[in-house]
Amino acid sequence: MLYYTLKRLGVAVLVAITVSVLSFSMIYLSGDPAVALAGEGASNEDIENVRRVYGFDQPIIVQYGSWLVQALQGNLGHSNYLKAPVASVIFERLPTTMLLGACSLAFALLLAIPLGVVAAIRPNSILDRAALSVAVVGQAMPSFWFALTLILWFGITWRLLPITGTDSWKNFIMPSMALGYYLTPAVMRLTRAGMLEVLSSDYIRTARAKGLRPMTVLFKHALRNAIIPVVSLAAVQFGFMLGGSIVIETIFAINGLGYLAWESIQRADLPMMQAIVLVLSIFYILLTFLADMLNAFLDPRIRVA
Amino acid sequence: MRLPKSMFALGVAALSLAITQNAQAGKSDDTLNWASSREVAVVDPYYNNTRMLVIMGQMGWDGLVFRDIESGEFKPLLAKSWKWNGDKAIEFELRDDVKFHDGTDFDADDVVYTLNHVSNKDNGVLTYRNVSWIENAEKLGPHSVRINLKKPFPPAFAYLANAVNMMPSGHYDNVPKKADGNPDYAAAKPVGTGPYKVSDIKAGEYVLMEKNDAYFADSPKGTPQIGKIRFRTIKEMNTAIAELLTGGLDWIWDVPKEQAERMADSPAVTVENAKTFRVSYLAFDVLGQSGQEFFKDKRVRQAFSHAINRESITKNLVGPASVVIPSACHPDQFGCAQDVPTYSYDPEKAKALLKEAGLENGFEFDLYAYREREFTEAVIGDLAKVGIKAKLNFMQYRALRDVVRKGNTPVNHMTWGSYSIPDVSAIVSNFFTHGPDDLTKDDKVKEYLGIADNSIDPAERTENYKKAFIRIAEEAYWVPMFTYAKYYAWSKDLDFSPTPDEIPRFYTTKWK
Repeated sequence: MLYYTLKRLGVAVLVAITVSVLSFSMIYLSGDPAVALAGEGASNEDIENVRRVYGFDQPIIVQYGSWLVQALQGNLGHSNYLKAPVASVIFERLPTTMLLGACSLAFALLLAIPLGVVAAIRPNSILDRAALSVAVVGQAMPSFWFALTLILWFGITWRLLPITGTDSWKNFIMPSMALGYYLTPAVMRLTRAGMLEVLSSDYIRTARAKGLRPMTVLFKHALRNAIIPVVSLAAVQFGFMLGGSIVIETIFAINGLGYLAWESIQRADLPMMQAIVLVLSIFYILLTFLADMLNAFLDPRIRVA
Repeated sequence: MRLPKSMFALGVAALSLAITQNAQAGKSDDTLNWASSREVAVVDPYYNNTRMLVIMGQMGWDGLVFRDIESGEFKPLLAKSWKWNGDKAIEFELRDDVKFHDGTDFDADDVVYTLNHVSNKDNGVLTYRNVSWIENAEKLGPHSVRINLKKPFPPAFAYLANAVNMMPSGHYDNVPKKADGNPDYAAAKPVGTGPYKVSDIKAGEYVLMEKNDAYFADSPKGTPQIGKIRFRTIKEMNTAIAELLTGGLDWIWDVPKEQAERMADSPAVTVENAKTFRVSYLAFDVLGQSGQEFFKDKRVRQAFSHAINRESITKNLVGPASVVIPSACHPDQFGCAQDVPTYSYDPEKAKALLKEAGLENGFEFDLYAYREREFTEAVIGDLAKVGIKAKLNFMQYRALRDVVRKGNTPVNHMTWGSYSIPDVSAIVSNFFTHGPDDLTKDDKVKEYLGIADNSIDPAERTENYKKAFIRIAEEAYWVPMFTYAKYYAWSKDLDFSPTPDEIPRFYTTKWK
């Protein structure tokens, strides 16, 4: 188990470094950051001035090296645009994105697990098809379209929910639904498959033969085992939601990390982009690592392989 | 981020007709809520050069002079009077009854401090060209100063009115240090003399400004009316429209034409299309640096000018406030000559010119653009009608700018906003004086512009700018396309009028 853990950790560190190098290079490939910072219509003199003041006149490798050295010492740099320490901006916005991710995940699980259970109880019935349809629509429907539809209904027509901001818990309802719905099919299918497998196993048959109530068999014995793969899927999907909330945060004007990432790309704010990519990739890698460990813990065959 | 909007636009259109409840949120708490797509983190007009800070700059700060948007006349603001001392110095008498938002008195030390700080290149002002013409400022007395210019600079007053705001003396002295040890001037707490003072900022989310009750009474900016003005960032236009229709916002702009026209039927909002200082143009690789040498031939460039139906693009795509321009400038700018050779929409004439140039079978070329793809696609459609096939290369501005400057674009479809400066030197002198943006390197044009840019005699300037514009039009170096117009939408509760310089005057706005 120790060898397996170290191996996974090594891979995680390599992935983090690769992601960081790639993101640093890609921003240069998309254009001159000095032009982005100086603004549209800036004169050559303005751009040269910005390039000099912000150190963009240094070779890229030097800029990256100096960023990496600082980052390893815990200094993620200073945002060229927001004029504030990158770490403080990120950690100010991270809780909003994490809250949105958690709410979305909760929505997805609360919708998908019951649907999966219902579908597994009566496989291939109309109920199963209906549950599957509800879930599949979530994957087929683009999240921005679903988000705008929610705004149209709940925000404009019925005036039930606030459209933008993060002032109260009500502000998170529509974004969580829009973001979480996308995850529903995967969780639903996994729950359904797990439940079908477990429900046909010997120990469930034994439990039924003992005369246990159907609900007890279903939730206490079957679901508890069937849901294990869902837990690891949820851990990985939580990482995806942190990084993938850009569109939803943009639509609902939520000042989170996804929105910050999008804005930073637009204005070529290199230190901010680098730090966001690093933080998000560390989260993702950490969650994937935890999922691997969990799976290995639950299933010894994985760590042996 | 632009998202497909047809479904939402249709829904909003239908619902906006049904919404009769007016947007009361802003009026009821005397707070004007406005939004735009850009984030604002730094509230300092020298260290944030976005349009938002041009607007907030005029709300929170004052310059020495004020430009009357109606008459174009420069009026006293923080200065009571002024006089030129030769052609490289201006002396100002300052008001002695103005206070900064922190209660300190405004005087000559503040002007000297501000101008000497911002004109020092090492201090990293973002749009340095706004102040690059200033050599230094000297104190002549407690309320009198002299600004020394590096060279004669005729549009000095346009810059002083639009982009040179006064900060209190010592404003940037005790700012925190950045990670590299240099002072972080953008972190200075915003303090000005303007009609509104900054009372709260949440970086990237909102900026709250409150009425400055101590604002001097006879300011040409008038007396502020609305208690609080709150700016918010809303990136997605559909969301901003939804907030406007439901009362969460009182004012938005940059509304796409299609959505603006549908919203115009709503009883809750006023929609208006207003002109801006931005112009659209096509520029040719006159020197043949890109490897596609068609555009070295004047007849080909003239054929383009005849082939593009600019009236149709203006009318059908841009908006009613947009106009076709004959010259390489905005008609509202000083020196923008209108009586220059023009090219009417005439596809047959375009074909004849192409035939004359030996290109009767048409040709294929690369067209580069970065903004409003639909406008460029209309151009491509018109060119196809005369046998010219354009291959569109659509890029981000910051990537395209380098490509253009390297001379790698056979034709580029660009725009220019002149920083809202009402003087042609802000556009034509940038593109035709052999600088990095000049794709023509025409000595005659450069000579005319050199005279006009360095003279403080308005008649001499006008005459020489006109010569330059005539030469540019005769040679068809550009196809000047149209002025941009943008759609504004605001609550019916608001008494607001758009201005042609794209700087909404919230300090004169009031509730109905």
